[in-house]
Amino acid sequence: MLKIRNLESGYGKLRVLKGISLHVKKGEIVTIIGANGAGKSTLLNTIAGVVKTQSGEILFEDQQIDKKSPEKIIGLGCALVPEGRQVFNPLTVKENLTLGAYLQFKQKDKSPAAATLREVFSLFPILLEREHQLAGTLSGGEQQMLAMARALMSRPTLLMMDEPSMGIAPLIVKQIIRTIIHLREQGVTILLVEQNAKAALAVADRGYVLETGQIVLEGSSSELLNNRDVQRAYLGKEYKKINE
Amino acid sequence: MIFNKEYESIARQDLDQLQIERLQSTLNRVYRNVAFYKQIFDTHKINIERIKSIKDLSSLPFTGKEDLRKSYPYDMFAVPLRDIVRIHATSGTTGKAVIVGYTKNDLKMWTECTARVLSAVGITAHDVVQIAYNYSLFTGGFGFHQGAEHIGACVIPSSFSNMPERQITLMKDFKSSALICSPSYALQLAYAMEEMGVHPEALFLKIGLLGAEPWSEKLRAYLDEKLHFISYDNYGLTEIIGPGVAGECEKRSGLHINEDHFIVEVIDPKSLKPVDPGQEGELVFTTITKEGFPLIRYRTGDLSSLIPEPCACGRTLIRMKIEEILQKIEGTSPHYQLILGREEGVEKIELKVEISEDLPSIDELKTLERLRGTIAERLKQELGLQAKVTLAEPKSLRNTVEGKKQRVIDKREL
Repeated sequence: MLKIRNLESGYGKLRVLKGISLHVKKGEIVTIIGANGAGKSTLLNTIAGVVKTQSGEILFEDQQIDKKSPEKIIGLGCALVPEGRQVFNPLTVKENLTLGAYLQFKQKDKSPAAATLREVFSLFPILLEREHQLAGTLSGGEQQMLAMARALMSRPTLLMMDEPSMGIAPLIVKQIIRTIIHLREQGVTILLVEQNAKAALAVADRGYVLETGQIVLEGSSSELLNNRDVQRAYLGKEYKKINE
Repeated sequence: MIFNKEYESIARQDLDQLQIERLQSTLNRVYRNVAFYKQIFDTHKINIERIKSIKDLSSLPFTGKEDLRKSYPYDMFAVPLRDIVRIHATSGTTGKAVIVGYTKNDLKMWTECTARVLSAVGITAHDVVQIAYNYSLFTGGFGFHQGAEHIGACVIPSSFSNMPERQITLMKDFKSSALICSPSYALQLAYAMEEMGVHPEALFLKIGLLGAEPWSEKLRAYLDEKLHFISYDNYGLTEIIGPGVAGECEKRSGLHINEDHFIVEVIDPKSLKPVDPGQEGELVFTTITKEGFPLIRYRTGDLSSLIPEPCACGRTLIRMKIEEILQKIEGTSPHYQLILGREEGVEKIELKVEISEDLPSIDELKTLERLRGTIAERLKQELGLQAKVTLAEPKSLRNTVEGKKQRVIDKREL
C-alpha cells in the first residue's frame, strides 16, 4: 500500500532523513520508533506532502505521491493526525470535523460526509456529547480523539498518526490504542509514530527503528521487543547495567 | 509443503523492497557497531547512504575468510557479548576456526530457516527425525534440531557416532522416518547395514536430508537405492548461519535460497565481477536480518550457479546448484581427496579418486590408466588445474572427521 525508497528530506539545507526505505502492507499496523529528533515526524510530514521530498520516491497504492500537494495526497486516502493534535481551537467540535471532510464538501453531494460524521461519532461518543463545544475547551485526550476523528472524516485507507499518546493520561492512551485496533478491523491501514515504544509495539505488527535519520533495525514487533538494543534504548530495561 | 508461504512465495518486486530495507538497516548497524566494517568502508571511501538498490551492493568490498580469522574470537560481533545467547564455530578444517555468535532473534530466524528446509522435503509433525550430525560447536546438529522441533516432528538427537551399528539400531527400533546427516555418513551407514545384514526394508526411512559437503547425483542415486529413501540436498555454512541457507524442494532441481534473509551474488573468482545470470562462479552472501554476526558480501569459496527460471513448486525464491565434475566420469566412486603439497618450493596438487567396484575389468592396468588420463584431462579442461591424479582402492577413502569427509589434506608446512 505504501512503499518508500531511499527517501531524503529535511528543512532547507538541513537533511533530516538520510535515505529511508520502508513499506506498509494493506491492513497492517506498522510503527516507527525512535528518540527525539530521529526524524519520525519529518517522515510522516514528508509522506503527507507537508515537507518536500528532496530525493527518493514514495508510492501510495502504486502511485508516485512524492511530488503531489498535501490535499491531493489526502484525496488519495492517506491522512495524517499531526503531532500535538493541532485542532482548530476557536471552532466547535462539529466544525472541526466538517473541515476534515472539506474535500467531500467541495463536491455537491453532502450526504456521504453526513454518514461519515455519524460513524465518527459512534466511534468517539464523547465528541457527540461535546458537538457544539469549542475545541479549545476540550481536555488533551478529547482533543486527540478529535484530531483522529477529523482525519477519519476524509475516509482514509491509510491513517498516519504522530505521537497520539503524547501528554495524555495513561487511561486515555489505552482508549486510543483500542480505537487503533478497532480501525484496523474496519480495514484502515495504520502507520504509527511513537516515543512510547512499549505501547506502540504492543499494538503493531511490524516496526522500524529510526536513529538520526536512518533505519537501523526493522522486524516484527516481537523481534523488536526481543532486541536488547531496543530494550535498552526505548523500553527502559537494564537501566542499571547501562553504565557497566 | 511450503512452511512460510508469505515469504517463500513472495512476489519478486516485494522481495526487492524487503531486501533493500533490510540491507540498508544492516549496513547502518555494521557501520556503527563493527569496527572492521567502519574501517573498510572508510578506507574504501564508501558512503553507505549511496546503496540505493540491490545492484549497488557490488560497490561494497568483500569480506573474506581471512578477515574472519583475524577477528578471532569476538571482533566481528555487532552486539555486546551479553546479548549473545549461543556460540558456534567452523570446524577449522582449512585453518583457524571462525567463531559465530547468535542473539535470541538470530536463533529464532535460524529455526525458521531450517524449518523451511525440513518442510520443503516433506518432513512434517508426523515424522520421526533422526539427526546424526554432531551436537557441538558445529552447526549441523543444533541447527536442524531447532527447526525439526519447531515444525513439531519427533526429534531423535542421536548425534554423530563412530559406531554406525548404534545409529542403525536406533533407526530401526525408534522407527525413524527421516535421516539428517552428511552424504558420506549416510554412505557409511549403508555400508554398515550391508555388513550387519540389515535389509533397508527393516527400516522405516522415507526421507534423507543430506548436506554439509558437496555430493553428486551419482551418490544420491546410490544412497536412495541402498537406504530406500528419497534424499535431498541442502546448503549452509556456519559463517552465514549454518544449515538453512538453502535447500531443495520436492522437485529436486536446485536449492531454494532463503533470500529474505540472505542476499546471494555469484562472482567470477578471478575478476571478482558478477557473472552473467545462470553462469557458474563463486557464491557470495550478505546477511540482512542477522543481529549478532552480520556479514557483508562474504566470499564462500563455493562454486555454483543460479537458476533464474521460476520453480514449479510455487516458491519464488531463487535456486542454486552445486556443480560436480567427477560425477560425470564413469568408473569413479563419489569419493575423492585433495592433497596439497610442496616439492622443492613448487606447490603441487594431488587428486586421489576412489574407483568404483562396478568398474568393468577393474583389475586391468590399461583400464585404470585410461581412467586416470580421463580425469586429469577433464580437470584441465574444466578447471584449468594441473593435478597429479592417483586412483585409490574401492572403499578406501571413507574416513570422516565428525561426520564430515576429509576432502582436503594440506601437507604444506608453512
